[in-house]
Amino acid sequence: MPVFYKTLDACLDALPLQSGMACSFHHHLRNGDGVLNQVCAALEARGMRDLHLYPSSIFPVHAPLADMIRRGTVSHLTTSYINGPVAEALGEGALKGTLRMQTHGGRARAFKEGDNQVDIAFIAAPAVDRDGHASGTLGPTACGSLGYALSDVAHARIKVLVTDHLVDTLDTPQIDGAAIDAVVVCESLGDPRGILSGTTAPTRDPIGVKIARQAIEVMDAAGMIYEGFSYQSGAGGISLRATQLLEQSMVTRGVQASFFSGGITGMHARMLAAGRVQKLYDVQCFDLEAVKSLASHPDHHAISADAYANPANPERIIKNLGTVILGATEVDLAFNVNVTTDSYNTIIGGSGGHADTAEDAALTLIVTPLLKARIPIVREQVTTMTTAGAHIDVIVTERGIAVNPRRKDLMSKLQAAGCDLVDLPSLLARAHALSGPPKTWESKGRKIGIVEGRRGEIIDTLFGKVAIP
Amino acid sequence: MKKVTVGTLESSDCQITLSPATHRHVVIDSVVQAVFGEAIEAVIHRVLDQAGLDSVRVDVIDKGALDYAIEARLKTAIKYYEEAADEKELSIHTG
Repeated sequence: MPVFYKTLDACLDALPLQSGMACSFHHHLRNGDGVLNQVCAALEARGMRDLHLYPSSIFPVHAPLADMIRRGTVSHLTTSYINGPVAEALGEGALKGTLRMQTHGGRARAFKEGDNQVDIAFIAAPAVDRDGHASGTLGPTACGSLGYALSDVAHARIKVLVTDHLVDTLDTPQIDGAAIDAVVVCESLGDPRGILSGTTAPTRDPIGVKIARQAIEVMDAAGMIYEGFSYQSGAGGISLRATQLLEQSMVTRGVQASFFSGGITGMHARMLAAGRVQKLYDVQCFDLEAVKSLASHPDHHAISADAYANPANPERIIKNLGTVILGATEVDLAFNVNVTTDSYNTIIGGSGGHADTAEDAALTLIVTPLLKARIPIVREQVTTMTTAGAHIDVIVTERGIAVNPRRKDLMSKLQAAGCDLVDLPSLLARAHALSGPPKTWESKGRKIGIVEGRRGEIIDTLFGKVAIP
Repeated sequence: MKKVTVGTLESSDCQITLSPATHRHVVIDSVVQAVFGEAIEAVIHRVLDQAGLDSVRVDVIDKGALDYAIEARLKTAIKYYEEAADEKELSIHTG
């Protein structure tokens, strides 16, 4: 039974705080999160230095953290995704200690195996009852699934829930109060407008639509749309268009999917309600419709990052995943994919579940325009490795589809289906013919961090921002 | 004083403004300046040469347009610029 505190300060007074300690946070409140900023500001005010933070992701809303890094309040960072001002501070080399980028499944594994040692987990909890049970589906800052927070609940030494919505009893809590040490009641967890970005619309851009259509054609030609198949895709415009086209194909064939996994949108929820899919395994809700579905539909399940993607968990959901559709910032001639940095070393994202699902899914499709604002997405070599080419099967662009030569079986199926196949060197040449030869320059900058694979192995080095001449 | 603006600030497009000057003056502000700045400048000069246009200031705000898009935008701008030669008002064409 946790102790309840009326203010964050009252709780911090009772906790064994010390400089150098490790604190974790989850990112289900995304760009509306106010908890990380509140807690870190309070710790800094208490004179804490050299903190090691383990936020599952960092967003632009976490801008104050950039200066805390420059001031030395925070010296180490382990996370799965970084976007915004914090990335700029890291690119300057402001972090005194280590920066580790993990996959979502890798983060769960590292908590379980003790690679991630966290002293205090501060867990934003949209609703908490009097026994300290917590749920993400209620309250003014409802975010749905709390999947990424459950490793922290299971493995941090001290577990603190932060909430702005106390209720009497929760019938179906996602977090068991028995595991919780303290509950802080604060005014607000953050800005709901930044939590659920609203329903992203399927792309209407003709290039995006063509890519989505080809992705579903590839899936079909590969024999991956059948009774009981499974599927995962993101919430981007091309992914949503692809999912919409997939649904049409399912209706035509009269097949039902067994499960959709990962981040869930209203489109997935509607397909569950319509009986197109048997189960949703939801590690993160992207919109209000998904949150409502999670709260009400018995076959819409919130799952932990461990159950979702931990490579050391033999029961993980994505071990049985059929097809995954993923994006790319860069793709190289060895099929390696970068979604971690731009081409000048600036961190613009991170693996999230990219490397996890790519490795586990039977068919991994990358969907991307060949050029984004004149910059060719296909390159000789990726700036940063997020997912190894060994786990990528097909790259779908509007100007051709490249199949990994490792997948000879796929190659012949796609050829037989009349897909517009091309090898990667030819795709690179097509890109350059349109863009002109991109000017390049040598400059690595200094080492600022590492990229870990799912099992904690170092797969690449992160460097400071390239000085553009 | 005649001045024409064509194009948009959408990704993969560019906005080009022509205005009178004593000599040719090209100013480029591109999201891909470091990688393709010189290529953009080359296209601008080539099209201006073909049109025989020297006393003009060209302001390009580029959002990653390909050469053919830049060329088409600039040719359109030149057409409006020459049509507007006798007009006194500012003229803006977008889309």
